Amino acid sequence: MTVVPEALERESRLDVVRRFLVDNPVVVLVGVLVLLFVLTDLVNRHEAGEPFVTWNQLSTTFLVAAPLGMIAAGQTLVMLTGGVDLSVAFTATAAAFATSWQGGNGTVQGILAGLAVGVGIGLANGIGVGVFRVNPLIMTLGTSSVTFGLLSIYAGRSFEKVVPGFVAGLGSDRFFDYLPANLIFWAAIAALLILGLRYTGYGRMLYAVGDNEVAARLAGVRVWQVLVLVYALCGLFSAFGGLLLVGFTNNPDLGLATPYLLQSVAAVVIGGTSIFGGWGSYSGTIVGVLILTVLGSLLTLLNADEWQRQVIYGAIIIVLTAIYARVSGAE
Amino acid sequence: MSTASAAPAALEFRGAAPWRRALRLHGWTVAVWLVLLAMVPYWRSLSEGDFKFDLQALAIDALPLCFAAMAQAIVVISGGIDLSIGSLMAVVNVLSAREMVDMSVRQALAFSLLILVLTALASGLTGLIIVLTRIPDIVVTLGMLFVWQGVALWIMEIPGGGVPVSFGDLAVGDVGSTGIPNALVAVFVALLVLWVPLRWLRPGLAIYAVGSNRNSAYLSGIGVARTRVGAYMLAGLFTGLGGLALSASSGIGDPNSGATYTLNSVAAVVLGGVSLLGGVGGLVGVIAAAYVLTLSKIILLLRGTDPNYANVYQGALIILVVVIGGLITRKTRS
Repeated sequence: MTVVPEALERESRLDVVRRFLVDNPVVVLVGVLVLLFVLTDLVNRHEAGEPFVTWNQLSTTFLVAAPLGMIAAGQTLVMLTGGVDLSVAFTATAAAFATSWQGGNGTVQGILAGLAVGVGIGLANGIGVGVFRVNPLIMTLGTSSVTFGLLSIYAGRSFEKVVPGFVAGLGSDRFFDYLPANLIFWAAIAALLILGLRYTGYGRMLYAVGDNEVAARLAGVRVWQVLVLVYALCGLFSAFGGLLLVGFTNNPDLGLATPYLLQSVAAVVIGGTSIFGGWGSYSGTIVGVLILTVLGSLLTLLNADEWQRQVIYGAIIIVLTAIYARVSGAE
Repeated sequence: MSTASAAPAALEFRGAAPWRRALRLHGWTVAVWLVLLAMVPYWRSLSEGDFKFDLQALAIDALPLCFAAMAQAIVVISGGIDLSIGSLMAVVNVLSAREMVDMSVRQALAFSLLILVLTALASGLTGLIIVLTRIPDIVVTLGMLFVWQGVALWIMEIPGGGVPVSFGDLAVGDVGSTGIPNALVAVFVALLVLWVPLRWLRPGLAIYAVGSNRNSAYLSGIGVARTRVGAYMLAGLFTGLGGLALSASSGIGDPNSGATYTLNSVAAVVLGGVSLLGGVGGLVGVIAAAYVLTLSKIILLLRGTDPNYANVYQGALIILVVVIGGLITRKTRS
């Protein structure tokens, strides 16, 4: 008779650990990230004879990660509502073009033009998804195709591309040698997002709509307004990402943000946000972004071919999500 | 969305007015075919070429997309979505172009069969991962998109290779000398041989049932996991055909050749009346949609439109169709 309670207790202790990990998926992810850092460090010591984990490398990692962090922020918000935005990459590119197109007329005007383009594309997505109930996959695919078409037409015409000095500074400067300017911006946005999602009414509505749209509507949420706004925000964050990117490269081109489309989805998925909506956080996405970035450096160190890179990216998305689903018992 | 417009045939009431039932079941499909037919006179008025020649070009141009869209349709009907179709097609494209260069036609055909088996297994593996890990389709196939893209680059880094001329003729030629393009016949033969028999038997009905409601399908005694993996395998066959069609029509292997097919196949599926929620629609409408998309591109080029505008129009067209379709179904429901 005394065996039963012991067994129960042992199981419940396991349960406690499991519950803790489910409630704090970021802990697991940070573990993965640290592991990756250590691995990269070992490889670097072996290959180049010097440590990878230095202040300089850490700072570079964040500098490179920030644009993806911005774009993945918008993607997180949209995926929390159960949607997905496939137009983020060309939205970012379009914003970068708009900024460098208007950049000659003044910094403020340039930045505003970029952000306006981002919000405009986002609004179009939001109206399609929220008002006309078009499937998000199709809607954002459509706007992405339209944006790309228009971009390649206007990119073909010659105009003076001026990346405003402020944008260039934001994208590539570092304070005190090690503190990237874009990290400060990213940290501010991240704090705003994490707090906003948790403590504002709109943040909770995002989770509510993603969890159960019908229930949210019956509870009095105007679902279409929530959706229009979330896609507009996603457009805005993509535009931020585009500005950081063009600030970094100083040269807008058509393929500027293309790799970031799938990476943004991957970062959000790795970060533990459910693709069905209603569950997840931006803090998870941040760690997902860093994991992808460090993994990129590791593969560069190993002189990985492009094909190995792709296969590993793919495998890691599937394996991490599988482990995650197994640990959390979520289905 | 066209969700409510048509229930799978198996679930329809037999007593409903026959014409109304037919309209509900096949209205969208018929409409897409009518749109395609309506585009033909305009296309002819723009082109100065010979009709036979132009038809040939259209059929070849549309062939890979037709197969990709059919593959996508099967997965979507079963309640999933496959984002890896384009890159798996690229794998087939580079593999066949690398291996077939020095083969005779007979060998090339045998090798094609081998490739089809491999793609069915590869796609079945994707389905197996989805079923075993219970990760959403979209995540797993997104991962597989990267994996296959990598494999394609591994097989062939830069475009190259080739196929035997008479193998290419299978796609480029016409039947006898009737002027009916092989590429057109191939689509319908594949439909009749690979899909139609299944569609009306247990496996096909199971795919529709699982797609429309997984729980009810399970409660009706359908092996849900088996059906989903089966749907992916069948889609893999069509994906393999799509990749071979790419090789036969272009005559070259290119690791990036599949890039547009994933997204375009989704577009064709939606335009063809298959609901992204699963369980609704058929392959006949999707074929028409693939031709509509290809023909609209050709027409824009004939009009001398900047090819970049073609992207704009195509994106706008897809959104417009889905919006209108959604409005129509909402009206008929209320």
